[in-house]
Amino acid sequence: MNGASSDPVLSVRDLTIGVGRSAELLHGVSFDILPGETYGLVGESGSGKSITGLSVMGLLKRPLGVTGGSILFQGEDVLKLGRRARRKLRGDRMAMIFQEPMTALNPLATIGRQIAEMFVVHRGMGWPEARRKAVEALESVRVPSPEERARSYPHQLSGGMRQRVMIAIALACRPDLLIADEPTTALDVTVQAGVLELIAELCKAEGTAVLLVSHDLGVIANMCRRVGVMDRGRLVEEQDTKALFENPLHPYTRGLLAARPRLGSRPVAGRGRLTELDEVVADEERGRDAPTLTTPRGSRLEATA
Amino acid sequence: MPAADGRTPARRAAPTPCEAKPFMLRFIIRRSLQMIPTLLAVVLIIFVIFSVVPGSFISSLMAEGRNVMNAEVLAHLNEQFGLDKPLPVRLWDYLWGLAHFDLGISYRTREPVWNVIEPRLWPSIKLALTAMAFAAAVGIPLGFLAALKPGSVFDTGTMMLAVSGLSVPEFWLGLLLMYVFALQLGLLPSFGYQPGSIRHIILPAIALGVSPMALLARTTRAGVLDVMNADFVRTARAKGLSEPRLVRAHVTRNVLVLVLTTLGLQIGSLMGQAIVIEKLFSWPGIGSLLVDSVATRDIPVVQGTVIVIVLWFLVINMLVDVAYAAIDPRIKVT
Repeated sequence: MNGASSDPVLSVRDLTIGVGRSAELLHGVSFDILPGETYGLVGESGSGKSITGLSVMGLLKRPLGVTGGSILFQGEDVLKLGRRARRKLRGDRMAMIFQEPMTALNPLATIGRQIAEMFVVHRGMGWPEARRKAVEALESVRVPSPEERARSYPHQLSGGMRQRVMIAIALACRPDLLIADEPTTALDVTVQAGVLELIAELCKAEGTAVLLVSHDLGVIANMCRRVGVMDRGRLVEEQDTKALFENPLHPYTRGLLAARPRLGSRPVAGRGRLTELDEVVADEERGRDAPTLTTPRGSRLEATA
Repeated sequence: MPAADGRTPARRAAPTPCEAKPFMLRFIIRRSLQMIPTLLAVVLIIFVIFSVVPGSFISSLMAEGRNVMNAEVLAHLNEQFGLDKPLPVRLWDYLWGLAHFDLGISYRTREPVWNVIEPRLWPSIKLALTAMAFAAAVGIPLGFLAALKPGSVFDTGTMMLAVSGLSVPEFWLGLLLMYVFALQLGLLPSFGYQPGSIRHIILPAIALGVSPMALLARTTRAGVLDVMNADFVRTARAKGLSEPRLVRAHVTRNVLVLVLTTLGLQIGSLMGQAIVIEKLFSWPGIGSLLVDSVATRDIPVVQGTVIVIVLWFLVINMLVDVAYAAIDPRIKVT
């Protein structure tokens, strides 16, 4: 696109998100995504992955808001842009896929219309032309009989098909950045792989950078070259995916990896259940120099030990 | 097998939504047939009630004339009106007539009941629809605007008004309107009906429409807030739609589905609710006819009017269901 290819598409710097000044949910998160790169964000629910993605899009809901830091998109701080300019960016230069394909589409509008809307809004096309482009878009995400599907309503499609439609919408304007927030979590395991493959393939073909938010380490391992691990509003570790799995540096990451259910592993004698994260983290932190501690409410405390 | 032949193609066509038209007709016919049991129950209830309550048409005649009748005259009158027959026989006679679209003869005017009701029908429908048009035209936009800025002064003010509108007794509001607009300002006639007159319908329509208006404002507001929080609205924002476009393309229709329920129930029950207002404004509608007929124990007319009010409710409800199917592709009428 513009500039040298090594310039990051997205550069998040010391991003802080909170409710006014009273409560902070994200404490100074920084990471870069290079053009065409797929960057993973992992962490438990509530660790701040999703609000990071939403803040890049400018979709945080009140009373949540960005309270500090900057979000540089292709070198430009989007937080300094006006509402109009920000909106023009959404859908066109950066797009987002959400977790719930069941509710993410308008139940009263046809699939074709919901895709065609992208071309009408961002490309200034008329509806007939936009509709033809929508059928092409459906074809590109490999929805069978796209002509007919374009006339269907969301409730007539399966979850996997709907997520393909969401991908078609997100990639309609060939954005430079795709934010995928748990794109396969709500899907049947059998269709998960297909959807992920599709995202990977289409983004590779277009050189689209992807911010993949997931709590599923398997998904991250398959899709991303670099991973950021989030815990309680902080980015606690960032590594190449391979290195992360082989040599996790942060105790939390070790906990996260230990909490994976493993095929063929036997439960520890007397404890016939999966390892829970809290226990692992507590074990790991005992006697070590943990960087921060967080009280259950989420307000920060510096560890004194 | 002609019967089976007649059914199979219809069933085969069922999954394709494009061929909804013949199904709509079938739906309307089926729903119309389903009204019959409801109407039977209504007739039965009225019959039982009026055979239990003290007083009859003859006794109300006597009270009116203040003359003492001898037993012979009484018996003669009872026989003439068929009141000497036992209740089951009277009920059977009435139902038999109803099956032939005959509502019976009014005790008071000695005319067929339909001839008494028919001239009252149009004024009543006109009043109900005007009141509803007022309620929808004011209530829905108010609710919409209130929801777009929740917590604002406009929102709080509108919802306070809505609660007041729901709690104010209709007759008191009617009297207030009469006092202000007819007596003090002299702008509008205080009561009465003229077939083509718009001026006469304004005050009763407002008095009748205020409570459905308030209800519509509240349901619309709740509906908009609900839809604005829906996932697909977040998707629309992520697509980069402007707020006006988003509201127009994705919120309005979804809210309409929610509001339609309230709208339909209100239009349906408005004819029954109009009784007080019609009486107050001397509006020659079904409601005032019902009150007058109850007072004189003119039971055939009472039954006729109640049947008309119930029928109106049922027909409106059926139309609402058809409208649902037209708006929401997930709903299919069968």
